[in-house]
Amino acid sequence: MRRYVPKDDVQKKAYYTDRYWVAPQVPKAKVSSDKVFAEDLKAIKAAFKVFDAYIQVEQMVIYIRPEDNFGVLELMKNKLDYTQLSEMSAVDFLADRGEFDIFYQMLSMKKRKRIRVKCAIKKEEAIESVEKLFRSADWSEREMYDMFGIKVNNHPFFKRILMPDDWEGHPLLKTYPLHGDEFAAWYEVDKIFGKEARDIIGPEIRDDAAVDRYDTKRFARLGHEVPYGADISKGEPAVKTEYQEDDGVFLIERFEKDSSTVITDRDR
Amino acid sequence: MAQHQVNYTQDGGLPVALTTIDKVVNWGRSNSLWALTYGLACCGIEMMASGASRYDFDRFGTIFRASPRQADVLIIAGTLTKKHAEFIKRLYDQMTEPRWVISMGSCANTGGMFNTYATVQGADRIVPVDLYLPGCAPRPETLQYGVMLLQKKIRSEKAIKAQKPKRLL
Ligand code: SF4
Repeated sequence: MRRYVPKDDVQKKAYYTDRYWVAPQVPKAKVSSDKVFAEDLKAIKAAFKVFDAYIQVEQMVIYIRPEDNFGVLELMKNKLDYTQLSEMSAVDFLADRGEFDIFYQMLSMKKRKRIRVKCAIKKEEAIESVEKLFRSADWSEREMYDMFGIKVNNHPFFKRILMPDDWEGHPLLKTYPLHGDEFAAWYEVDKIFGKEARDIIGPEIRDDAAVDRYDTKRFARLGHEVPYGADISKGEPAVKTEYQEDDGVFLIERFEKDSSTVITDRDR
Repeated sequence: MAQHQVNYTQDGGLPVALTTIDKVVNWGRSNSLWALTYGLACCGIEMMASGASRYDFDRFGTIFRASPRQADVLIIAGTLTKKHAEFIKRLYDQMTEPRWVISMGSCANTGGMFNTYATVQGADRIVPVDLYLPGCAPRPETLQYGVMLLQKKIRSEKAIKAQKPKRLL
């Protein structure tokens, strides 16, 4: 395995340093430019605090307080016809702002509009489950916990969904190494054979390009197979095509074309 | 009563030789390699195609079985995730001796393109593998060739001698 380099500062570091380069931004429009959205926003603002709201790519994005998430979604579902929660998850901004952004992607089939509801929570904070409003949130919230470690209150069946139950760490965090940490690298060995087997089985080979032409224990050329562990540094033996009937397998005979009859007359 | 004389000592011995038993047993073993129905990912589709009528594995005597207790060969067809590793070990342990393992596709061989935290980097970290088939996914012809190579390997083994149980540990 390659040496693990901590990636805590991966978001702070600029990997592209052109002085004149400006990160492209999707243009934002005022909410008042769309009548339907303006009315929806008015209804939400009447009951809850909204930090920011704008329209981006024909979707309204609103920022709310994390403790209001259930109330806002309930209002949108029951009063504003946003009857579907098409997606929800979180984004890791821990290194940037010390927060996660949680987003709920709402769809109204009646109005043909989409709204993205966003809220930011700190690392150790929990969020209220919206599973009672939208059944689709059930697995999404479990996935959010699995991938980011964000706890969800009042969820009916709260546990990991993708990774094994005894997994350590949350893989979608930006600090999580792609090749896995120490726990992930030895997970299957530790679980099946026990920690003592680590020395026997050895570390994972993470180099994709590792090919050793003369290593006949782990590599073989198709059509040029040699016995396991044979020394081929002096060249391989020539391979000829063999058939199982050649060395006289019980009851099996070679098909001889000359001694067979070819039927050409179909009306025979 | 036999009307002719049988000379049991001619041609250097009795008409039954041990090699014949080896051959008969190995003939039976190699021509009825029942494989476990075990597709893990996209390679499983190629494995299914090999079993279906166009490529027709039945003519090698390779019939897919749904239980490890009836299977002789485990074809690991697809990506082996770390979550799944313990299950493959359990299935392998449930197979009766003699048993063989074919690792099909780059994922099962080395982890393939899934060079990530969630994929076992080579199924041979969990179970001992007899044959590795290259490809992503290997064509059904490759799998057929692999099964034929395995048959060849079985025929060259001693059938009677107690087989050394293949275990990683
Ligand atoms: S080797 Fe390729 S085809 Fe086979 S399981 Fe992996 S990704 Fe799929």
